[in-house]
Amino acid sequence: MRKLIARRLLAAVIVLLLASVLVFALSRMSGDPRHLFLSEYTTDEQWEAWGREFGLDKPYYEQYFRWLSGAILLDFDISVKEQIPATTVVLRKIPNTLQLAVGAYVFAIVLGIPLGILSAILRGTFLDLFARGFALLGQAMPGFWLGIMLILIFAVWLEWLPAGEKGDLRSLVLPSITLGWYAAAAFLRLTRSSMLEILDSEFVKLARAKGASQTAVILKHAFRNAIIVPLTFAGVFLTALITGAVVTETVFGWPGLGRLAVQSVFGTDFPVISAIVMFATAGYLGMNLLVDILYGILDPRIRQS
Amino acid sequence: MATRTDSSTESVTRPMVVRERGNPFRVGWQVLRRYPVLPAIIVVLLVIAAAFAPWLAPHDPLVGKLRDQDRPPIWQESSPISGKEPLWDYPLGTDPLGRDMLSRIIWGARYSMLIASIVLISGALGGTILGLIAGYFGGIYDEILMRMVDLTLGVPFILVALATVVVFGSSMVLIIALLILFSWSGFARQVRAETLRLKAADYVALAIVAGASSNRIVTRHVLPGVTNTVLVIASLAIGQLILTEATLSFLGVGIPKPRPAWGSMVAEGRDYINTSYWMALFPGLAIFAVVFAMNFLGDWIRDRLDPRLRQL
Repeated sequence: MRKLIARRLLAAVIVLLLASVLVFALSRMSGDPRHLFLSEYTTDEQWEAWGREFGLDKPYYEQYFRWLSGAILLDFDISVKEQIPATTVVLRKIPNTLQLAVGAYVFAIVLGIPLGILSAILRGTFLDLFARGFALLGQAMPGFWLGIMLILIFAVWLEWLPAGEKGDLRSLVLPSITLGWYAAAAFLRLTRSSMLEILDSEFVKLARAKGASQTAVILKHAFRNAIIVPLTFAGVFLTALITGAVVTETVFGWPGLGRLAVQSVFGTDFPVISAIVMFATAGYLGMNLLVDILYGILDPRIRQS
Repeated sequence: MATRTDSSTESVTRPMVVRERGNPFRVGWQVLRRYPVLPAIIVVLLVIAAAFAPWLAPHDPLVGKLRDQDRPPIWQESSPISGKEPLWDYPLGTDPLGRDMLSRIIWGARYSMLIASIVLISGALGGTILGLIAGYFGGIYDEILMRMVDLTLGVPFILVALATVVVFGSSMVLIIALLILFSWSGFARQVRAETLRLKAADYVALAIVAGASSNRIVTRHVLPGVTNTVLVIASLAIGQLILTEATLSFLGVGIPKPRPAWGSMVAEGRDYINTSYWMALFPGLAIFAVVFAMNFLGDWIRDRLDPRLRQL
């Protein structure tokens, strides 16, 4: 178990370092940072002095280590637009994105898991057909289009819910559905297939043979085992969640990380986008590591392999 | 159990089966259940639209007539805000610049397909070659490749794409390059795993004993064994690829305007959602239908060619 964790941790650190090389390379390609301060009164001496100050006279690998040590201390330079540290700009937006992510996960679990279980129990019925249709269509639906259609139906036509603009709890509903849609469809599919597999397994057959009722079999034996599978896939959906957050926040004007990322593109604010890339990569790798470890604890077969 | 009735020998040897399946509705239903008819129709329409866009599109996708701006689709009596009546010239309506929605959607299919095919072919080729090298030769090649695969899977693609656009500005070439850089790894990983499996097969060992060169073994003995895998992964990846390109275009960092990409058309429609819902509805519906069809066909092809890949 300890060996597994060490190996996964090492792999994650390597990926993070490679990502930092990528971001650093992009930052150097984004042009000479001195151009930001350049004016018609700038002398050659000033230009050189700035170069020394930013370490631009050093070879690239030294510049990289300078950049990396800054990044480890969460220093990603000053945001071009806001003129405060990029890290501060990014950190301020994280709570809003987390709120949205929680809303999306709640929606996905509340819709996906019960529907998946019902669909497996009532296999072949109309409900099953409906659930499978949802799973199939849900994964092909572009998130940005779904969000706009939800706005059209519930905000423009029916006027039930606000179309974004973060406010009270009601403003969270449509963005959460948009962001959670894909995960709901995936949870449904995973729950259904793992439930079907377990309902067909030996220990469920044994419970049935001992005379356990259908309800007892489903609640005590099948359900508890079937639910593990979709929960362990939570890590996998984090990528979908990051992409989804960028899209959802853009559609609804939600003041989170994703919208900040898009805004930094149009404001050519490289420090901010580089901080977001590094934060998101670290968060993603950390979550996956956590899921791997939890999975190892839950399932002894993984530990040996 | 034979359900096909098109072969003459079958109808001779199994007359009973044919009579039982003779009901045209039943046969039709069985064909529908067995073969992905609807997705196939969607894909055929898409390919036709993409190939013949200049001849099929009734209007110029880039230049509209301002006189005909903001027309609703033909089944709508009048536009809810401007009160303008639909015109038969524009079955799906027009945007505020008077550009025909249908023509723009047809041209959008062309751009979507163009990008998807370039990316898919390059990604599949590159990924297969790298996967073969890493799997067959192992060692340092394998180590480097797997770390690169980890990198492409570990960093959030959409954010890296945004960061790259900050640096270089958005262009078709950049978007194609980015999609290729992130699409090869799926192929490489699976081809590597297959190569490792095939390398241990007896016939490869015999080829080594017979004195065949590594080059020959890889191209003649291993490559044919991985082609099915590559086809399956390509067919599963294409839907996601189209969706990703549409997402980038929606965010304004994909296919640059004024080229009609489905994603950027939906983005334009969002600004007019209160007045002209058709601007966002139809291009999005096109993306949805195409991605659904590609995913469905991908699953079908996988089940046919290589059911072992089901966990992907």
